Amino acid sequence: MSAVIYVPRDAAALSVGAERVATAIAREAASRGIDVTLKRNGTRGMCWLEPLVEVVVGSERYGYGPVTERDVPGLFAADFLHNGAHALRLGRVAEIAYFASQQRLTFERVGVIEPTNLTDYLEHGGYEGLRNALRMQPHEIVQAVTDSGLRGRGGAAFPTGIKWKTVLDTPAPHKYVTCNADEGDSGTFADRMLMEGDPFVLIEGMTIAALAVGATRGYIYLRIEYPHAERALTEAIRSAYSAGYLGPDVAGSGRRFDLEVRLGAGAYICGEETSMLESLEGRRGEVRVRPPLPAVKGLFGRPTIVNNVISLASVPIILQRGAAFYRDFGVGRSRGTMPIQLAGNIKRGGLVERAFGISLRDMLYDYGGGSASGRPIRAVQVGGPLGAYVPASQFDTAIDYEALSGIGALLGHGGIVAFDDTVDMARMARFAMEFCAIESCGKCTPCRIGSTRGVEVIDRILYGVDRDGNLRLLEDLCETMAEGSLCGLGGMTPFPVRSALRHFRDDFLKPPTR
Amino acid sequence: MTEELSDILDEYAQVPGPLLLVLHAVQRRLGFVPDAAVPYIAERLNLSRAEVHGVLSFYHHFRRVAPGRHVIQVCRAESCQAMGAEHLARHAQERLGIQFHETTPDGAFSLEPVYCLGNCACSPAVMIDEELFGRVSPEQLDALLAERGGSR
Repeated sequence: MSAVIYVPRDAAALSVGAERVATAIAREAASRGIDVTLKRNGTRGMCWLEPLVEVVVGSERYGYGPVTERDVPGLFAADFLHNGAHALRLGRVAEIAYFASQQRLTFERVGVIEPTNLTDYLEHGGYEGLRNALRMQPHEIVQAVTDSGLRGRGGAAFPTGIKWKTVLDTPAPHKYVTCNADEGDSGTFADRMLMEGDPFVLIEGMTIAALAVGATRGYIYLRIEYPHAERALTEAIRSAYSAGYLGPDVAGSGRRFDLEVRLGAGAYICGEETSMLESLEGRRGEVRVRPPLPAVKGLFGRPTIVNNVISLASVPIILQRGAAFYRDFGVGRSRGTMPIQLAGNIKRGGLVERAFGISLRDMLYDYGGGSASGRPIRAVQVGGPLGAYVPASQFDTAIDYEALSGIGALLGHGGIVAFDDTVDMARMARFAMEFCAIESCGKCTPCRIGSTRGVEVIDRILYGVDRDGNLRLLEDLCETMAEGSLCGLGGMTPFPVRSALRHFRDDFLKPPTR
Repeated sequence: MTEELSDILDEYAQVPGPLLLVLHAVQRRLGFVPDAAVPYIAERLNLSRAEVHGVLSFYHHFRRVAPGRHVIQVCRAESCQAMGAEHLARHAQERLGIQFHETTPDGAFSLEPVYCLGNCACSPAVMIDEELFGRVSPEQLDALLAERGGSR
């Protein structure tokens, strides 16, 4: 009988040599006359163990990692195909504490199945949510999503069901479902990992969304930086069409839903929903003035759902297991689970899906294992480049929307970037302004001009020019940007800047540099 | 070039909101979007040249001059910065003898900054053409460049 071996094809695993490992395994097996079946899964999200090779023994999967191609002959010699002892042996993958303690709902199949194998998807509960949705009226689907408490996982945390209801209630000859897969925040990779590891769940979620609001066409707006995700999605969409899950007669229901991937072109601002719609229409990604909301007048002027990848990919399990099942996870007004992404200077970087409510400290130390450099973690930036820097003194804050907002921070898309004590927080504040200047769409003045002036003001502070006056000016500029910008880019760039000023003021007052 | 452009526009002209699709297709075919293509694209899509230019120049991904044989993107966003990306970026510039947005005189490499490759648990990250690399040390970057004919 052929031995089954899993080697991830996720971009993160490939980036540290998974393809070379897979090739070496195939070569070594052939030279030893051993019959192996290589399967390519997504990543489990334990990125520090990548490339993580899994062998199937009986009904269990045993892990070895991180494996390099040089380790492969030794693994065969140690009989890893039967869970033989080896320095890289990890035991049962499902029992690795980092993984076993998670609450995998949205990511339940990611790393487990072959991502673009529809049969594998169906055998693991795939399309059960859609089957239930097809037995429901549109308003019942919307109600289920509302009752689940799901809020937009892209960062804005707006209740998904309310957004859908607006689209449902707006009469129009055409409606659209769009997926915002322009995951540009540094420290975040949940969308990528999901699209590469379980693309069908996103397709299913979008199909359910279409049924709920009466849309017939969908677009996934994918950033150009994600070629591996593009290949996975394109393959999965093709399979879904062949099997009748997309097209004129979705799962035999007589309902049409067409779906395609559209590529972005390297503009961070296109993660803002109205800018994304402009880009989908083939224009400059300039932010639209709201109202009207996209739910009323969105893509090509029609009512449009704009949801993040994780929001849409969480819909199938809500429809499969029920709104109450999902809502029972979490705390307060933060219901369900959140994929937290541990990044930057962290020992065990990766993705942890858990119910809301775990503290930053537990996330950074229990899961993350502290910094990669072994030095103390001095600050973390939560929620991407527009998120606040949180100092070590606030690491007991719970990861939920309200608790983070209570300390002047935000959860955003769930990325946590750790910095050790060598970080210069004044430099990071300057970078926040610089990034805003590079990525501003240019439509509104506070963002377009304010960010450039922000870099200059911080430079003057660092150079030691009228520090008190320039610090006041910087506060003033932050207020103008926060209050006067059209969208979150200019409006939220003050989060990292002000938090750096508040918690790490000494970094701005060091002896002048030039 | 004209024939290639004409094929691309035949393919996409009827799609709603086609300009980004067209620019992507042109860049995939030619490696960049030449200035000479702008009036033709504008005419075929019934847009002004200014509109096409506006879109072309808005997006960081689109190039208006031919790139080197390999495009090296070094991530400069926060997660990679926390793991030494600025050092890696300086190393890349010194090794190649060029600044960001430039191409080596022998046409082998173009160096570009990128703000997040989504490989943040394996920082610092670099993408070469469409191949992603994580936990990249300066030495490893040297090796990757050498493999691609970068023995300058």
